[in-house]
Amino acid sequence: MSAYKEIAWNGLWKQNSILAQVLGLCPLLAVSSNLVNAVSLGLATIVVMMLSNFAISALRALIPYEIRIPVFILIIAALVTVVDLAFNAFLHDLYLVLGIFIPLIVTNCIVLARVEAFAAKNGLRAATLDGLMMGVGFVWVIALLGAVRELIGQGTLFSGIEMIFPTLSGIQVLPESYPGFLVAILPPGAFFVLGLLIAGRNWLDARANQRLREHRLHDQHPPASSVPA
Amino acid sequence: MSEPIEVARHESSVLRISVRTAAIMLAFTLVFTAMMAGTYKATEPLVAASALAEKLRLIGEVLPPAMYDNELMADAITLPPQPGLGLDEESRLWRARKNGVPVALVLEAAARDGYSGRISMILAIDAQSRLLAVRVTAHKETPGLGDYIDPRKDRNKARPWITQFSNLGFDSVPRDKWRVKKDGGRFDQMSGATISARAVTNASGRALAWTQEHRDKLFALPANGRYEENKQ
Repeated sequence: MSAYKEIAWNGLWKQNSILAQVLGLCPLLAVSSNLVNAVSLGLATIVVMMLSNFAISALRALIPYEIRIPVFILIIAALVTVVDLAFNAFLHDLYLVLGIFIPLIVTNCIVLARVEAFAAKNGLRAATLDGLMMGVGFVWVIALLGAVRELIGQGTLFSGIEMIFPTLSGIQVLPESYPGFLVAILPPGAFFVLGLLIAGRNWLDARANQRLREHRLHDQHPPASSVPA
Repeated sequence: MSEPIEVARHESSVLRISVRTAAIMLAFTLVFTAMMAGTYKATEPLVAASALAEKLRLIGEVLPPAMYDNELMADAITLPPQPGLGLDEESRLWRARKNGVPVALVLEAAARDGYSGRISMILAIDAQSRLLAVRVTAHKETPGLGDYIDPRKDRNKARPWITQFSNLGFDSVPRDKWRVKKDGGRFDQMSGATISARAVTNASGRALAWTQEHRDKLFALPANGRYEENKQ
């Protein structure tokens, strides 16, 4: 696997920020009560993670090891502030929807974690790609979480999308008479669904490992190296 | 003899490293603070313009611009904290006039007893002390349950819940009936989310009563004045 492919695979699955590293739960649980909010936060997170990984990778030669954490936090907080102000000034309609989520990103420790674990040790292109892929890994999980909670809790999908695209509207998936299941929308529901998602990932990984072991034990020919471990 | 010199040398190198590290930290802080300050300065006029546009949009929702002809933003009054409006901070109040005749007051109010704390609203109340319209400007009610108090989240798009207050005053709904039906009043609530509806209903009733009492004094004040309770 090439280095870039490995970065992508790590972000999307193997080191997935939510399912494997279980980082960034504060914004995750707060915002994933419906699909549109979840994806909105996820997209804002991608922007911030790419920017911060890029900036730290570019400046890494200048940052003394002893004070790297305060400098990282300073840079991330400054970038989030700049993104927040720029959104408010130049993309105001989008800001009305995403605005409340941008300050939340500072509370997402996955940003600091990737800067410390990856961007500070790698080149510009690899670091930016890592930010993008970790962000995409965050988005697909939070989107799934939001979709499941919205569907179970309200029986809809994409409710609230008219605030981003006025011509579209949410889809009533379950019948109108569906009474809703409040627990799914409230914070405990986030923990339940997240727990199930992590269990599902562990099950898939365990099954893949099991197969790999069986191959090794019973086959004369070792399996192709492309089998994900 | 050589030892003290070694120690001194060691100490001076520690000092040098500390000073250097501190200087680098300071440099980073200055550069990134300057970056934030620069962005703030550059975006300030645009941000202020959109905040004003947002406020005007909200005011336009409760008070149609055709109803008045004065410069609404310029005919404002500062209110000290008003418990009668549920506010414990200063607020602004705007006076709408047509041909110099008082038409309506636009004011902010809040309910402290929402399901998740404060619900902020903006109301327009006309010269006959009728509530022209009320809109929720900020709230933390449960998404998908109590958030129907915000018409953008209300699933009934044709007739959102909050519009049932429009054009009502204590002449058509008596003060003691200005409650949700569950409390023996006149206004609907969604079952399962009564607290949000009760908070908005009661707060709008309180704001209406407060305005009825203070209206004439408010209109008599000079523009950009400050309303003091004890003065006449």
